[in-house]
Amino acid sequence: MSFLPYAVAAWLFLIGLYGIVTSRNLVHLVVCLSVVQSSTYVLLLAVGYRSGGTAPIYADISHSENVVDPIVATLTLTDVVVEATVVALLLALTVQAHRRFGTLDPNEMGALRG
Amino acid sequence: MSYRLRMVVFGAGVLGFASLLIWGLGGLPDFGDFAGRYGQYLAHSALPERHATSSIAVTTFDFRGVDTLIEEFILFTAAVGVVALLRVHRETEEVPAEPETTRWPTAQSGALRSLITALVAPVLVLGIDIVLHGHLTPGGGFQGGVILMSALFLVYLAGTHIGLGPLRPMAAMETAEGIGAAGFALIGLGGLIIAGAYLENFLPFGAPNHLVSGGAIPLLNIAVGLEVMGALLIVIGEFLDQRLLMQKGKL
Repeated sequence: MSFLPYAVAAWLFLIGLYGIVTSRNLVHLVVCLSVVQSSTYVLLLAVGYRSGGTAPIYADISHSENVVDPIVATLTLTDVVVEATVVALLLALTVQAHRRFGTLDPNEMGALRG
Repeated sequence: MSYRLRMVVFGAGVLGFASLLIWGLGGLPDFGDFAGRYGQYLAHSALPERHATSSIAVTTFDFRGVDTLIEEFILFTAAVGVVALLRVHRETEEVPAEPETTRWPTAQSGALRSLITALVAPVLVLGIDIVLHGHLTPGGGFQGGVILMSALFLVYLAGTHIGLGPLRPMAAMETAEGIGAAGFALIGLGGLIIAGAYLENFLPFGAPNHLVSGGAIPLLNIAVGLEVMGALLIVIGEFLDQRLLMQKGKL
């Protein structure tokens, strides 16, 4: 079972990509992008895990305890913040696109522009 | 490009990509066998060197503090970007008060309104608790800031427009965001002036496991909490204003 977390990360990435390609609504597309990005959280946290390790918070464990990597947790935090900003900006652009084209379907937008 | 052609191109691309992905993931160490020594070194030096029990908070705000400074400014810039994108087409600065019809269903359900109003104070206290204990237990400015934001957002769900009222919450949020972003940068500057390096800890470390410990880390957590709360509420408030303007037919 040692490969399972990596398989979950790969699956989330690919299923999100499938959602983006087949999307008929820009809001749905933005959500699919956040699914793709959430695969990076799984991957980061899976990479830093150590068998039997606990969270590296020393409030209630002894200093000799086996702990997981704190750097990947920090990187995941950055990742979450970046995702929040990306989603916010894309949704703002979606509002603008709807205002301009009167639709949220990316296929119809291409037809209007061409 | 037709739907069928697009799916063929996507299918070919995704098969190649998936095989590369699986090949790449196969080269990673087995799950649970990670042997990186840098992380273990940081985890074990957090308590002796910074007197803060959460080594993740120490890594975020001390060992990798500049990263977090930039991360905070990404959020700041994004909030400014959303406001710039959405305010440009606005005809008037003032958004009309929320029409009665859009308040449904929250405003028409007395039980829901009472429940939401009762939840505001506990959620606010929880958010402050998470921010203040960020250097001791899991949590911190980013996580607590989101909870603080949701406490104020509950006020909106209870039926009050987020941009109106005597408190002018949006103006206060812009101030909170500015103070948060500037506070982080200024604490870093304090390190440069007093301790000799940007974001170097210049405050006494205090006793481990106490609320006042970890030097400047609690202050940085408070700055980030204010920034996150302000930025997210500005973004959400701006989206809500768009909805109101659209329903008023002003766009």
